[in-house]
Amino acid sequence: MKLILHVWRQKNPQDKGGMVRYDAPNVNEHMSFLEMLDVLNESLIEKGEDPIAFDHDCREGICGMCGMMINGKAHGGFKGTTVCQLHMRHFKDGDEIYLEPWRAKAFPVIKDLAVNRASFDRIIAAGGFISVPTGSAPDGNTIPVKKQDADLAMDAAACIGCGACVAACPNAAAALFVGAKISHLGHLPQGQVERDRRALAMVQQMNIEGFANCTNIGECEAACPKDIKLEVIARTNRDYIKASITERPETTTASAG
Amino acid sequence: MQLISNAPTGPIENSWDTHKFNLKLINPANKRKYNIIVVGSGLAGGAAAASLGELGYNVQCFCYQDSPRRAHSIAAQGGINAAKNYHNDGDSIYRLFYDTVKGGDFRAREANVYRLAQVSVNIIDQCVAQGVPFAREYGGLLDNRSFGGAQVSRTFYARGQTGQQLLLGAYQALERQIGLGSVKMYPRMDMLDLIVVDGHARGIVTRSLYDGKIEVHIADAVILATGGYGNVFYLSTNAKGCNATAIWRAYKRGALFANPCFTQIHPTCIPVAGEYQSKLTLMSESLRNDGRIWVPKKAGDKRAPGSIPENERDYYLERRYPSFGNLVPRDIASRAAKAECDAGRGVGETGLGVYLDLSEAIQRLGKNKIAERYGNLIEMYERITGEDPYKVPMRIYPASHYTMGGLWVDYNLMSTIPGLFVLGEANFSDHGANRLGASALMQGLADGYFIIPYTIGDYLANAKPSKVSADDPAAKQAVANSTTITNKLLNGTGNRTVDSFHRELGKIVWDNCGMARNEAGLKKALSQIPALREKFWKNVRVLGTNEEFNQSLERAGRVADFFELAELMCLDALDRKESCGGHFREEYQTPEGEALRDDNNYSYVAAWEFQGEGRSPALTKEPLTFNYVHPSQRSYK
Repeated sequence: MKLILHVWRQKNPQDKGGMVRYDAPNVNEHMSFLEMLDVLNESLIEKGEDPIAFDHDCREGICGMCGMMINGKAHGGFKGTTVCQLHMRHFKDGDEIYLEPWRAKAFPVIKDLAVNRASFDRIIAAGGFISVPTGSAPDGNTIPVKKQDADLAMDAAACIGCGACVAACPNAAAALFVGAKISHLGHLPQGQVERDRRALAMVQQMNIEGFANCTNIGECEAACPKDIKLEVIARTNRDYIKASITERPETTTASAG
Repeated sequence: MQLISNAPTGPIENSWDTHKFNLKLINPANKRKYNIIVVGSGLAGGAAAASLGELGYNVQCFCYQDSPRRAHSIAAQGGINAAKNYHNDGDSIYRLFYDTVKGGDFRAREANVYRLAQVSVNIIDQCVAQGVPFAREYGGLLDNRSFGGAQVSRTFYARGQTGQQLLLGAYQALERQIGLGSVKMYPRMDMLDLIVVDGHARGIVTRSLYDGKIEVHIADAVILATGGYGNVFYLSTNAKGCNATAIWRAYKRGALFANPCFTQIHPTCIPVAGEYQSKLTLMSESLRNDGRIWVPKKAGDKRAPGSIPENERDYYLERRYPSFGNLVPRDIASRAAKAECDAGRGVGETGLGVYLDLSEAIQRLGKNKIAERYGNLIEMYERITGEDPYKVPMRIYPASHYTMGGLWVDYNLMSTIPGLFVLGEANFSDHGANRLGASALMQGLADGYFIIPYTIGDYLANAKPSKVSADDPAAKQAVANSTTITNKLLNGTGNRTVDSFHRELGKIVWDNCGMARNEAGLKKALSQIPALREKFWKNVRVLGTNEEFNQSLERAGRVADFFELAELMCLDALDRKESCGGHFREEYQTPEGEALRDDNNYSYVAAWEFQGEGRSPALTKEPLTFNYVHPSQRSYK
């Protein structure tokens, strides 16, 4: 099949950028979307034109590195699918496809379709963990975990940190990403001790990074390639409100002795 | 060069404990005076960086991805082994040790493998405490499953995303240290060279993938945890960015490269669909627990699988290996699939595929149970192929997946360059000539969480590294070396893309140094590879400049290194005149077509030393002795 692509080209973060039209004349239905772009890039290089920059790595839908807006939809808008797992059989001859990077203040464009998502890492660094130094763990079966809780934790832990939720959100909020981590750890007994602190710290960092607030629109859930549910955001809110009331500032007392 | 393994002698059960006690310690107040570089942020690198940061060292961690959470450990699906014996089915540390040495076809160091089996139990505890959502039973305890090459259920798993969950555990521990300031993270950075001062590893040269800036980072020790070199085949289950540049350039600085020809071809991947194919996708071999593998009995049978009656199907693994059946180790399953396809019984359009059929398990357990176990894999398969495995058997074919070879390390995981440590898939240490399923995650985390934190302190306490400045001549020379390579790539005026060369190289290596090798093929490859490399340097076209986000340039440097590594792989494969594990030399097989080892002549680790451009590398052998698991012909019949 033949396709017409309109691709966002932006040389560097300072460049203004704009859409450029390309023809993709030999697209096979079994190709993945990224393989279609590979073939286009090969032809651009042969012509001496700068290939289109896009992030990708595992191409198995698990690393979370790839992602772009396809016709205005994050990852193309197919249920549970990252762009690397999207195959061309979903398109037909003559289709015009518009490709843009994730758009969010907290995800500055690096080049073309590649963006900087370091803000996500900083949110995790603020509190998205259980503090357990290496070597200090009790036997794995010491604390039984209800199967349902383990399953719910796993559902939330499936988040790949791709940023589709932010890109899909009209507010560019990171609520689904933050909620996924809060739910993952909050469903497990191991995660209870730091639950309050975690909610406060992650939400605070999310605000510092320039992500806006959630207004319950739900675009994020629809765009999430790992089917993370909106209820994780409700959980963040509950944890955050409770923690705002019960947490006390840390005090330091002299303890030398 | 003499290789000293530093493996402890004496009863193997106590050797790690004794060794740990003999290792020197560094006072907590002094640890922060030491800088440690960790390259790679997967299970091995992430776990090491987090653990060393916790101990109080100053750690700098580098990765090429945009975040440490994306390292390719994330893609491991099936699980992680640990000798917990939670299921009362006869497992023990000794049995895991035994299985791993045997599974590796007696080409691994016993002491290392025993230690790996020992710490496997600590890994599970650590991960559970971090919040890794392992599968649970209704009673709330950890669930296990069996996996290729084992007759006990010792594999812990988190749906089909075990690697992801373990990596997120390590990543979260790492981010915690980053937040606390003990680790500084450098994402989107390539390591281009190793800085060796007075014979000791003292830093690295990096290139920022954002803007091409070349930087010198000086440290008291350098840890490489940069994964394997499976992308030498171009098509592999590795991530597109996985590369051998860090270990290769360390090799060129004097680190010996061990057993490069030991590569693992994984039996259950989705077959190649076309020329444009950019990578291959693995279907976890845990599917072999419930899936039955078969081909039509008649060669060239093009009927749809549903129309082939039961008595015209050949469940060849169950037939040839009745006691292990579909759960034979990977090397054996891969070769058996190849043999069926070579005999014309392969399925699918290309004839390069065999069926993996879940229908019997669906009948026995119900669709829900199968969906619970493999739902995400089945969805992934359907997304890629457009076929529904609940209705039609999956088609699978072997693909390059893991490399057992890597930089040579001693028992302390230190390479032949003092101060250069190598962890995880990047080293050669634990899997011999074939890795068992669910053991890569175990080794990565064992190295990172439980071994390097002990051994690196001993090195630092003994070596007492002196101060080195970023202006040291060795650093300047390494920068000049990196810049020269980059400029050479950018200044070419050719007309071929980097990928086209990589694809062509991959085909040569796959055809001649893949699932089966022979002398004639290896010799052919050894003449084709240098010829193609010469063409690469003449004809490759890399557009743009160094000072920008330039993905073609990143790839070009990596492919240049794969060319050289491919040659060493073939040389090693040619030199090892026996078959063992993943290294199958057609000249050396039993009458039944199984690998025929030659323990009298080849019971050693082949470690290769760089001798300068254009000169043949020198071979040093580390003899292997087996005091516990006595070499026998592996039998899974």
